[in-house]
Amino acid sequence: MAILEVKDLEVYYGVIQAIKGISFTVNQGEIIALIGANGAGKTTTLQTITGLIPAKAGKIIYNGTDITRVPGYKLVSMGIAHVPEGRRVFAEMTVLQNLRMGAYTRRDKTEVEETLKSIYQRFPRLEERKNQPAGTLSGGEQQMLAMGRALMSRPKLMLMDEPSMGLSPIYVNEIFDIIKEIHKSGTTVLLVEQNAKKALSIADEAYVLETGKIVLSGDAHEMMDNEQVKKAYLSE
Amino acid sequence: MGFLSYFISGVSLGAVYAIIALGYTMVYGIARMLNFAHGDIIMVGGFVIFTIVSTLGMPPLLGIIAAVAACTVLGVTTERVAYRPLREASSLAVLITAIGVSYLLQNIALLVFGSNPRQFTSVVTLPNLVLAGGALTISSTTIVTIISCIIIMIALTAFINKTKIGQAMLAVSEDRGAASLMGIDVNKTIAVTFAIGSALAAIAGALLCSAYPSLTPYTGSMPGIKAFTAAVFGGIGSIPGALIGGVILGVIENLSKAYISSQLSDAIVFAVLIIVLLVRPTGILGRKINEKV
Repeated sequence: MAILEVKDLEVYYGVIQAIKGISFTVNQGEIIALIGANGAGKTTTLQTITGLIPAKAGKIIYNGTDITRVPGYKLVSMGIAHVPEGRRVFAEMTVLQNLRMGAYTRRDKTEVEETLKSIYQRFPRLEERKNQPAGTLSGGEQQMLAMGRALMSRPKLMLMDEPSMGLSPIYVNEIFDIIKEIHKSGTTVLLVEQNAKKALSIADEAYVLETGKIVLSGDAHEMMDNEQVKKAYLSE
Repeated sequence: MGFLSYFISGVSLGAVYAIIALGYTMVYGIARMLNFAHGDIIMVGGFVIFTIVSTLGMPPLLGIIAAVAACTVLGVTTERVAYRPLREASSLAVLITAIGVSYLLQNIALLVFGSNPRQFTSVVTLPNLVLAGGALTISSTTIVTIISCIIIMIALTAFINKTKIGQAMLAVSEDRGAASLMGIDVNKTIAVTFAIGSALAAIAGALLCSAYPSLTPYTGSMPGIKAFTAAVFGGIGSIPGALIGGVILGVIENLSKAYISSQLSDAIVFAVLIIVLLVRPTGILGRKINEKV
């Protein structure tokens, strides 16, 4: 069953067309990877889904509801969380305050505390540093905070934008392990990555974006053997 | 004793600047705009109190409540009608609009109340404090102003740190987009900020007009600019900065009036601002602003 359907989406920055009519489907319980080079439109796609950028044409359907024109802030309580590119933690707020912002739309106070505990279990370093301003964390820790913050809303669908960007190889592996865990616990994941090899290794389906168009789609593991993909995105 | 007396009334004047500066600094921090009509909200508050207390003969407390209510509505309405449609526009367009709103409010007041100064009756009816056997008299307005400022600062800090909407304001001030991804309604948060800033402007209007009881449509203009200066001086976007900037400004202004020249006092105030900004471009408590590229 499709949790998210993007149909013929077009996005413009002024007169420049960034997304030129793309369509894709995210099925419930899957990890979908969106790969491609810098400037292909991956981040723009995610930002359009969560309402940070308006769509010019096309439709975004979430759980059967058209959310193309729904203001972004309303999507959190509908079950969509977005871990943005560059993490964008609130640097001057503490780790705990950041996590609490993630639960901003939730009214069930006692259960929020439960979620907080489970996030501290998954990311023990966040608990150790809970009273520290988020800006003092390392890049990898900030990525964990951004993920933990998104998980505080107990999302059904999680959009992750370049979670491995700028991280050391050890952290990259750790972050991908965490994405697998999040997926195992029942959250559908739409993953945007430049690290195509890593992304394809954990994804079910994948789409390749090139200058605003989808040029290739299919099973993620098969894609790893595709000569075109190998040449363009998997060369080390 | 002379010095102490000038100093205390300087602190009191600075407390008024600080209360006004809060409106500037919060709106700048959260909506990233300079609301140059903020000073004129003070004047509107002053006229509401004048009408209710002096014209209708009702008690001052009622006047203050009505002024707070009227200014809150006015602030939120201006934001909704004039500033929100420009959310994605250049900051210059917003700035010019704010100046336009300022002239609009002044001219409406001119139309309704005329240009003759009105005698404002102090909203503080307590007796003055006489110390040291009559050598030092502190007016009750001065004392009430300083106490009001302290209460407002404590209440506002608690509001921001302890309430959900306060935390949302912090989040929006740091990163509007990320705040929206948390499910925060950015427009609503900005509206709340305008409401709080304008309510504080009404209180500042009551205190200012009680200390300087001549009310004209331009009454809010100069204190507005001084309070803006105080906000920049303390570090725009910072609440403790508004307090420190306001008080320092008020004290410098009053002491220069007393010991140097009353004509030069404003020049001295702004000269000090220029020096501070040359040494510390972000103000006393200002944080580094990392403009996103």
